[in-house]
Amino acid sequence: MGKVVVVTSGKGGVGKTTSTAALGAAVAKTGKKVALVDFDVGLRNLDLIMGAERRVVFDLVNVIQGTAKLSQALIRDKRLETLYLLPASQTRDKDALTEEGVAEVIARLRSVFDYVFCDSPAGIERGAQLAMRFADEAVIVTNPEVSSVRDSDRIIGLLDARTMKAEQGELIQKHVLVTRYDAARAARGEMLSIDDVLEILSTPLLGIIPESQDVLRASNLGSPVTLSEPINSAAKAYLEAARRLEGEDLPVVVPFERKGFLDRLLGRRAA
Amino acid sequence: MSILDLFKRRTSAPVARERLQLLLAYERQSRGQPDLVSILREEIMAVIAKHVQIDQDYLQVSMDRGATMSTLEIDIQIPNKSAVPLAMAG
Repeated sequence: MGKVVVVTSGKGGVGKTTSTAALGAAVAKTGKKVALVDFDVGLRNLDLIMGAERRVVFDLVNVIQGTAKLSQALIRDKRLETLYLLPASQTRDKDALTEEGVAEVIARLRSVFDYVFCDSPAGIERGAQLAMRFADEAVIVTNPEVSSVRDSDRIIGLLDARTMKAEQGELIQKHVLVTRYDAARAARGEMLSIDDVLEILSTPLLGIIPESQDVLRASNLGSPVTLSEPINSAAKAYLEAARRLEGEDLPVVVPFERKGFLDRLLGRRAA
Repeated sequence: MSILDLFKRRTSAPVARERLQLLLAYERQSRGQPDLVSILREEIMAVIAKHVQIDQDYLQVSMDRGATMSTLEIDIQIPNKSAVPLAMAG
């Protein structure tokens, strides 16, 4: 039985899809069979980030409505043979998803794959709730910024109330993944620190992904950053986060930026 | 204010942290509970409607949360008899 992990955030644009691709590829690299499921019906993008946009024939909605078999809709990655993508439909809207349909697709994926990553749409409406509904674990992608942290808190509340596991009285395991972290700005007290975010959300940390131009370059090229540039800092952080997700006890090192001469001169203090 | 203060920028992260802590403490508490302001609004409306005929739009209920104290502001406008249309004064 595979593990189902929802990648969610509440707020849009914080890096859910990028993180789904990077984490999924990182886990698949270790030889585990991984399926990435795009739940953003009508606004799919995981196919683009994975570089599979021209290979989409059938999608999640087709499978749920019975017009395509699951095996027909799954796209196998060209770089990693253990990595698969189930794209969302671009033409339908989120009402095309039914809870029963999603339950069945997830159950079948779970029986075949070691990991199923569900890329949630932004918001807290139906699409986001269906993406988290059958999850065993959740990765909450958060930027060190007030609106993102507030929305993450809301999503954590939903995970504890609306998931199948929560309703059955079990605990859904939650991890915070801080993305777009700028160590220099945090050191100058211009950005919420990791401690601030963790204290406010009181949820364990999966990793800290530094702000990096390589992430954008990877998206441009249609390749998860953990595959295309595994030695850069963001990719390393994702690879480590993936190991923690698999249960490895790996300490998180907060990226540290030494204060510049000018900062000292002007007496800017870290928070 | 000394000359040095001109160069010192106050850091904004601690402000962000405090605002978030305050806000989330409230939001978590009220999670799953129906909206207090709209309940108050409905009940106040019902009490007033027993004695005076007013329109929904004439009642404003708002709440301002502070760190140590919150204020509840209720603004009720009761139009003079002459200004009330006959149908409403009914």
